[in-house]
Amino acid sequence: MQRIGVFVCHCGTNIAGTVDVKKVVEMAAHEPGVVHAEDYAYMCSEAGQEKIHKAIKEKKLTGLVVCSCSPRMHETTFRNAAEKAGLNPYMVEIANIREHCSWIHKDMEEATEKAVILMRAAVAKVNLDAPLKPGESKVTKRALVIGGGIAGIQTALDIAEAGYPVDIVEKTPSIGGRMSQLDKTFPTLDCSSCILTPKMGEVNAHPLINIYTYSEVESVAGFVGDFTVEIRKKARSVDMNKCTGCGLCQEKCPSKKSLSEFNRGLSTRSAIYTPFAQAVPNVPVIDRDACIKFKTGKCGICSKVCQAGAIDYDQKDEIITEKYGAIVVATGFDMIKLDRYDEYAYSQSKDVITSLELERIMNAAGPTGGHLERLSDGKAPKEIVFIQCVGSRCADDRGKSYCSKICCMYTAKHAMLIRDKYPDTNVTVFYIDVRTPGKNFDEFYRRAVEDYGVNYIKGQVGKVIPQPNGKLLVQGADLIDSKQILKEADMVVLAAAIEPNEGVRKIATMLTASIDTNNFLTEAHAKLRPVESPTAGIFLSGVCQGPKDIPETVSQAGAAAVKAIGLLAKDKLLTNPCTAHSDELLCNGCSQCANVCPYGAITYEDKEVNDHGIRETRRIAVVNDALCQGCGACTVTCPSGAMDLQGFSNRQILAEVDAICR
Amino acid sequence: MSIEKNEEFRPKIVAFCCNWCSYAGADLAGSSRMSYSADVKIIRVPCSCRVNPMFILRAFERGADGVIMCGCHPGDCHYTSGNFYARRRMTLLFSMLDYIGVENGRTRVEWVSAAEGAKFSQTMHEFVDKITSLGKNVRLEDLRCRN
Repeated sequence: MQRIGVFVCHCGTNIAGTVDVKKVVEMAAHEPGVVHAEDYAYMCSEAGQEKIHKAIKEKKLTGLVVCSCSPRMHETTFRNAAEKAGLNPYMVEIANIREHCSWIHKDMEEATEKAVILMRAAVAKVNLDAPLKPGESKVTKRALVIGGGIAGIQTALDIAEAGYPVDIVEKTPSIGGRMSQLDKTFPTLDCSSCILTPKMGEVNAHPLINIYTYSEVESVAGFVGDFTVEIRKKARSVDMNKCTGCGLCQEKCPSKKSLSEFNRGLSTRSAIYTPFAQAVPNVPVIDRDACIKFKTGKCGICSKVCQAGAIDYDQKDEIITEKYGAIVVATGFDMIKLDRYDEYAYSQSKDVITSLELERIMNAAGPTGGHLERLSDGKAPKEIVFIQCVGSRCADDRGKSYCSKICCMYTAKHAMLIRDKYPDTNVTVFYIDVRTPGKNFDEFYRRAVEDYGVNYIKGQVGKVIPQPNGKLLVQGADLIDSKQILKEADMVVLAAAIEPNEGVRKIATMLTASIDTNNFLTEAHAKLRPVESPTAGIFLSGVCQGPKDIPETVSQAGAAAVKAIGLLAKDKLLTNPCTAHSDELLCNGCSQCANVCPYGAITYEDKEVNDHGIRETRRIAVVNDALCQGCGACTVTCPSGAMDLQGFSNRQILAEVDAICR
Repeated sequence: MSIEKNEEFRPKIVAFCCNWCSYAGADLAGSSRMSYSADVKIIRVPCSCRVNPMFILRAFERGADGVIMCGCHPGDCHYTSGNFYARRRMTLLFSMLDYIGVENGRTRVEWVSAAEGAKFSQTMHEFVDKITSLGKNVRLEDLRCRN
């Protein structure tokens, strides 16, 4: 029989405000096995843990029930406290009477009754708990960063600086990401590539960093400390070792009609191309869909002009298999598609553009050489209208429910730059709210309004109508003066919402990392573990976790790196001891458990068993503790009931069911 | 003719929640103060695939009025494929429950992610309403235990 101590936390008034904790303590004393019950204001505090320590020692407790917040919050705290007092940490169960009780119920009587039942279920479970010992697993001292934007670059640099090798996998031909497409950055108006390219160069030159561009993660197996990842290195058709990056092939390539992804389709590029001049690595890729040689078999000009002999039409996709201890996801974002926002005439008029397209237009390396001009007729626009929140903060399902966070600031930046360079161009911004929380952000926005005379109108735009004279008629509302506004504009810029990059869901599935309905990866704790995924060994960097600007991305990238370094610095990890095991007397070796095991943790052995005095050799299932992750799929599949999960055994769950239904 | 509503009826509802998505979703509902009925009691399991049909039958045997199982969305399972097994098992089990005297509406499977606190609360509201409308369940009996 266990000797159980029940500890009920008030959590200030968080629990005690709606749950009669004294009543819970009183009821606990009647439960089987309970020899000690007490309550305290903050069980997780030093003093609270001291109470637990004392009770374990004095009452010789063999099991603990802590009625407190979610086990996802403080299970580890109380397990460590128990271990310090000499109790096996797996003899601790948490009754979640805060998140699942006091916080959601108003009625004291109801909440107390529920808290008592939850306590009972936990006591019933502890009664059947057995001490467990975690195993150990090794840590591969190498990190993988998925995504080569500023988030991935910064994470890789920080990890490598700590002395661990890092691989970056980037799906496009060059690292740099979204930031490389930007012209200037707020709130300092730094030139984006001037601050990014040195970092790209640093990553490229770092002895511990290996970059796989034009590559994608194909599969992920394993678990924290020991992931096995297959990386598909897509055929570049150019030998990376031979290419000198002279650029002659791109110049001579006769197929020049492909739309440039880097310039958001506003200009064309050759079939053999580097996305932009400062690309890292400076090695072109042949777009096989556009290349004449691949389409017709005739051409081969690039091969003829290449003095280094680097062109290799026969190159094939290569699969690289590598082991990693930690994986950082830095897959970034893209703008939403605007096909559901017909009212803004984006698909009808060339002069309705997104902010990222404007970014390219204003960039000296962009499609217009940095001159602000209308894409339809090349004329300089005299009247520009910016429309904010296109698809952000959207109440219906056309857009996104969240605020994209960066648009208010980049629009202020665009407006300011335009007014600065073209003082005779009027700029009007239609907004719902202007959100400028951030260091020097509001000052920046005020400068746009006060010093640069940007006209901000609170209100949304209902429709943009292309006119026969080439102008755009903008119908909007001014909510402050409550009047309709009709404005003729030469150019309309849409601050389209941002969303996680396409394909992030596939990556999340491979990593078994949680993802939310908006395709942002979920963090382990919204406030306290913002750069970790709930899946151990997976870290989050940049916009894949939520909208953020460059400074925030860089700080999160650093934080993710530190977490990864903390993991890589360990020699051994303790494994979860809640693994499956089979009862050799019940197992009949039918193989069904091995069929459902996602980790290949179950094998079969011929083993001599002693079944009630009869000694015979039987084929029985054996679980490899190091591989088993404790999902329990096998326990339900097992027809003879031989498989059971330690820590969540059949008897324990049934006891909980019984306690709840009592 | 109308059936008098029994105001006193408080259903007993057992909710099995997987540790990675739905339990976290329930935590989020809690920390966001999205209330639902106190009649719902949650049992944490590592994965929805840990839920043995036996657990659900046992709940009905012990007087539960409804059992709901929540897991990660299909494709998002922390253990890659656990919820697919759970989905099949529950489909099979639920198809037979009517035969043994448990109405269809007394069981439900719902996929709730860690970010869907509101969905968790909403689901529990709906489920409690459903069970309340069905009224008290007839306890399952294990005939082997009869004399």
